[in-house]
Amino acid sequence: MSAALPHVPLSLLSPSPAPVALRLDGVTKRHGAGGDAVVALDTMSFTVKKGEFVCVVGASGCGKSTMLNLVAGLDTPSAGKVTVAGERPALMFQESALFPWLSVEENVAFPLQMQGLSRKARTERVAELLRLVHLEKFARRRPHELSGGMKQRVALARALAQQAELLLMDEPFAALDAMMRDHLHSELEALWQKTGLTVVFVTHNVREAVRLGDRVLLLSSRPGRLVAEYQVDLDRPRRIESPEVARMARTITDHLLEAARAAA
Amino acid sequence: MPQRELAGDASPARPHLHAVPGGERDAGSPEGHVLIDMPERQDAEDPLRAGLRAVAEAEDPAPAVEREPSAGDRPGRVRALWTAAWPKLAAAAMALALWELVVLSGWRPEYVLPGPGAVLARLWTDLLAGDIGVAAAITMKRALLGYAIAMVAGVSLGLVLARVKVLRTAAGSLLTGLQTMPSVAWFPLAILLFQLSEAAILAVVVLGAAPSIAIGLLTSTDQVPPLLVRAGKVMGARGFALYRHIIIPAALPGFVAGLKQGWAFAWRSLMAGELLVIIGHAPSIGVRLQFSRELSDAEGLLAWMLVVMVLGVLVDSLVFGALERKIREGRGLTAEHA
Repeated sequence: MSAALPHVPLSLLSPSPAPVALRLDGVTKRHGAGGDAVVALDTMSFTVKKGEFVCVVGASGCGKSTMLNLVAGLDTPSAGKVTVAGERPALMFQESALFPWLSVEENVAFPLQMQGLSRKARTERVAELLRLVHLEKFARRRPHELSGGMKQRVALARALAQQAELLLMDEPFAALDAMMRDHLHSELEALWQKTGLTVVFVTHNVREAVRLGDRVLLLSSRPGRLVAEYQVDLDRPRRIESPEVARMARTITDHLLEAARAAA
Repeated sequence: MPQRELAGDASPARPHLHAVPGGERDAGSPEGHVLIDMPERQDAEDPLRAGLRAVAEAEDPAPAVEREPSAGDRPGRVRALWTAAWPKLAAAAMALALWELVVLSGWRPEYVLPGPGAVLARLWTDLLAGDIGVAAAITMKRALLGYAIAMVAGVSLGLVLARVKVLRTAAGSLLTGLQTMPSVAWFPLAILLFQLSEAAILAVVVLGAAPSIAIGLLTSTDQVPPLLVRAGKVMGARGFALYRHIIIPAALPGFVAGLKQGWAFAWRSLMAGELLVIIGHAPSIGVRLQFSRELSDAEGLLAWMLVVMVLGVLVDSLVFGALERKIREGRGLTAEHA
């Protein structure tokens, strides 16, 4: 394999980067028009490599949700360009957004149905996904019969059913208690390692970001701007209460507060 | 359940564990008491995962499975039926008692306001004679036909207005006007247009019910949670699929409420119509009411009024009540009523 390489100039080799799952090029989003237009996102640029787990943190009003909407294709940027690899990304919300008129398995089957899979193929895939999130016993239940944590696991299974390369998560565990959150962090981490998925995880919880992310992007508020970027080189599986995670979270939080003060 | 998993995990992966003399625990081993919680320790491979599984198991509201009594639970069913029925029976009894009291007070002579006993007896004889069956059949046939037309018209109108914003702005208030207009007010015009005919009655029934159905559809689609629509779009539901799979099911409870209100309006319009538009060869409930009044037959009049009321209650509870209950239970929206 390397035998063919010497003929290639180095300059061409060096930019051979890992495949990109998501790229934002100077993306700006203004809400409203004319004088009272609000800039939600200001010339934001970053790249997420395939298979990477990137967390985005920022105070409220930093345009996190706006950014996810743009990436998910639910909205179009006012300027700049969003490039997403593969099919439409999957998106998970803070609320489970499960369809209350469908059972757990029907909810998970929904994206498969939209993709036109046969009933038989759907059934098999759904069973597999429910096993993955340890909810196979609850296939026939309705969402209202589940606890908050279980609902989010169903929502995760449903998002995974889309088989998107990119999974977007909008504060998915913010409404859960700490114990359940810990639990789901581990499940998500394991699933991510198993599937090779690319994850963009938005949160306002810095510790959560350090617990999960390969990289943490820090956004400022009003307008949302990318102000810093941290590489998290801690071994996995991590624990949210470990001193390393706490130390790094503290650095990022300090930076966040500094940015907030500077803005005020 | 956890036991099974632990046993499965432990035996192949950790051969040295077999050396632990589980069976010889009481053979004077100083560590005998420690062995009791060995299974937990054995899982040291992944303590986090075991703990998490414990959390997950604790989370599962498993007792809910056992909550429902089985179908063959006869005493339970009888009791449930009784629990649902007795307040209604008590209310009916109280209403009859109140009625009887008014009659006993001598406020009006008995030939004008007869008591419940006489009226119920009359109801019974008319029922046996088949008069009520014939009249109810004629009236219900009109009601169903009119309501079916109103449903098609209301749903089509509602869908068009929901899709086309300009039309909605233009026609929205007109629709509310139609809904609030007492349907009796349509009869003079309907009689002019269609003479004293079935068509006149049907027209007014449709005009009475369709606006409610259309408005029910419109407001219920307005109230579909935007989050569900977003979720649907993200998963690839666009255009018609979005309507079919997300918006319509999400709007169903509100839509059924509109249908129910539409039925109430249809029923009222029909009664008004049958009183005003007398068609001689069709002895409908309205006709019987009108004849009773003309013949000063107070007993008959009240008996027919009871028929109107009972039919209304039956349709409301058996059709719409059941439908609403089913939808609400499926979505966990059951208020603890009855």
